[in-house]
Amino acid sequence: MSTTVEEQKQQKAFGWAATDQSGTLSPFNFSRRENGDEDVTLKILYCGVCHSDLHVLKNEWGFTSYPVVPGHEIVGVATKVGKNVTNFKVGDRVGVGVLVGSCKTCECCQQDLENYCPQIIFTFNSYNPDGTKTYGGYSDMIVVDQRYVLRFPDNLPLDAGAPLLCAGITVYSSMKYYGMTEAGKHLGVAGLGGLGHVAVKIAKAFGLKVTVISSSPDKESEAINRLEADSFLLSSDPAKMKSAIGSMDYIIDTVSAAHPLLPLLSVLKVNGKLVTVGLPNKPLELPVFPLVFGRKLVGGSDVGGMKETQEMLDFCAKHNIAADIELIRMDEINTAMERLAKSDVRYRFVIDVGNSLSQ
Amino acid sequence: MTGLSEEVRPNKAFGWAAIDTSGVLSPFKFSTRGTGEKDVAFKVLYCGICHSDLHMIKNDWGSSIYPLVPGHEVVGEVTEVGSKVQKFKVGDRVGVGCMVGSCRSCDNCTNNLENYCPEMIFTYGAKYYDGTVTYGGYSNTMVVDEHFVVGIPENLPLDAAAPLLCAGITVYSPLRFYGLDKPGLHVGVVGLGGLGHLAVKFAKAMGTKVTVISTSPSKQKEALENLGADSFLVSRDQDQLRAAIGTFDGIVDTVSAQHPLLPLLGLLKSHGKLVVLGIPEKPLELPAFPLIQGRKLVGGSMTGGMKETQEMIDFAAEHGIKADTEVIAMDYVNAAMDRLLKGDVKYRFVIDIGNTLKSIS
Repeated sequence: MSTTVEEQKQQKAFGWAATDQSGTLSPFNFSRRENGDEDVTLKILYCGVCHSDLHVLKNEWGFTSYPVVPGHEIVGVATKVGKNVTNFKVGDRVGVGVLVGSCKTCECCQQDLENYCPQIIFTFNSYNPDGTKTYGGYSDMIVVDQRYVLRFPDNLPLDAGAPLLCAGITVYSSMKYYGMTEAGKHLGVAGLGGLGHVAVKIAKAFGLKVTVISSSPDKESEAINRLEADSFLLSSDPAKMKSAIGSMDYIIDTVSAAHPLLPLLSVLKVNGKLVTVGLPNKPLELPVFPLVFGRKLVGGSDVGGMKETQEMLDFCAKHNIAADIELIRMDEINTAMERLAKSDVRYRFVIDVGNSLSQ
Repeated sequence: MTGLSEEVRPNKAFGWAAIDTSGVLSPFKFSTRGTGEKDVAFKVLYCGICHSDLHMIKNDWGSSIYPLVPGHEVVGEVTEVGSKVQKFKVGDRVGVGCMVGSCRSCDNCTNNLENYCPEMIFTYGAKYYDGTVTYGGYSNTMVVDEHFVVGIPENLPLDAAAPLLCAGITVYSPLRFYGLDKPGLHVGVVGLGGLGHLAVKFAKAMGTKVTVISTSPSKQKEALENLGADSFLVSRDQDQLRAAIGTFDGIVDTVSAQHPLLPLLGLLKSHGKLVVLGIPEKPLELPAFPLIQGRKLVGGSMTGGMKETQEMIDFAAEHGIKADTEVIAMDYVNAAMDRLLKGDVKYRFVIDIGNTLKSIS
């Protein structure tokens, strides 16, 4: 786009934003660009509340630019499509995840790995090439380049499907990349929250044996009865951890609080893989001995590219996988954030934007 | 030695052993077992000195059994083969690396990963099936199960081949396993010692572009002119580090001292791989953001299985890869250990066993 910020047409938008490090959200008027030739405009119906929203609201990672409108698990209905848009039409159920832009020309973008593009533009708290800020899904509408819009399958519920756009792709992509999808193999899921519970469901759909690893004994019943994990490993019980040594092929570590890696590495078999997708504030402690003596690895992964995100949505639709959610009104968001900070949610809050966001 | 051991080990042998945690080595008489039907007996000609030998003679890892005859980079000439031995005959040039036994039936063993078998038996300082302790290559003769012996092609000089049996396989295996062996990839090698110098040679032979990453600017000439590295990066130089951000497909880290991983992770492109081979005393700090935001990984590796070790030796022979060695007499070994502790060797001591290990009367 060659127009300057002043020349580019803007349209009114409304949402909830935080204006300082307290992270308290309140009604906020702002503007978005008009729908361009490549764009799709969504009327937002639901938006998942990701823990990253909370980290950014409170500037816990140190790069928040206020005012910030969070939200990157966005689903809605297309209300406008630009003249170059071929894959979407007005009325389509659509979603937007963690990114709304990338350079489109680098190696990563060419390999459908836009999420690793060095010039990635995040859905919120980021900057467009024209200098305007990006605002996320705690708002009434959003305008996004078609490349970063997803088609929401018909049989995926919009509200419970929203969290797949970040939590779902995060675990799906890491499992595919690290080759953790072989039926019959044994996967450990460390942490049972937004990411963890979706990991259990997706892993079961791949035919894996799944053990939930958690420090809270009261999650055992949840894990086995509600989420249908095959077993539960209490990480705070040294005897149980000892008997699990060398029993798992892979572990997805969704825990973002600081925690020791050695116990998890010990549970892996030789050639085992530990993939970390939680984003802890501080560095982790990495004992090298188990890596060397067992040829184990620790890798990271960060959401997924657009092609893979679509593939993930279609996979979840096919296997009837959606998140376990608690639907909230927009004006309940601050209370929800307080509860989220204490992990008091099973397992994702989703804001009923369509029915509860009003001026 | 009990009566039982003498029955089990009828053949007299001699070597040099450490007898306590001072690690000082001295002449030592012992016995090897007879040549069983699957065994290969050979006269030791050369033995490389691995830094692990130094750790073991001083009991740094707490597992040493004294008297300890070190040495797991052993080459020699076959003197006798058992009746069921198929791959070797008398006179063949052979080598033995870090292990002399494994269970042969677990998943790892059946996948040619004997080095990861939970019942793997180290070449020295370990309990063997017959209840005896294994003695390594600082000795005149060894008897090893055929499965754990490799052949050394004629065109590889024995003294320069010895270090391949531990250092060589230790760097070759992860270059293959982590896919850092494709022509055109950019591979970094951190640390220029026994492991590092061979990592450079193998990576170059595999067609990758190699950069040596070191804290010492003085190693640059060596790296570029002697070892054939394509470039050199001084890791203490912030400007050089910054200019190289996101330019490496993989990095092989041979350093065992404590050191920060963050700068190395920053050097990797997205989807890059950091392979750690050295074992520091304490855990290292692993910042999660660079791993996650670039889908990078940190992985380990330890020696290699027998099939891959033979493959590595054949590859080295084909590409003319030899270790850079300082050949020493047996009685220099204690001085060599002192120098090794200070990293004062380019890049591996190799003991000329055949010519300098004198029998003990």
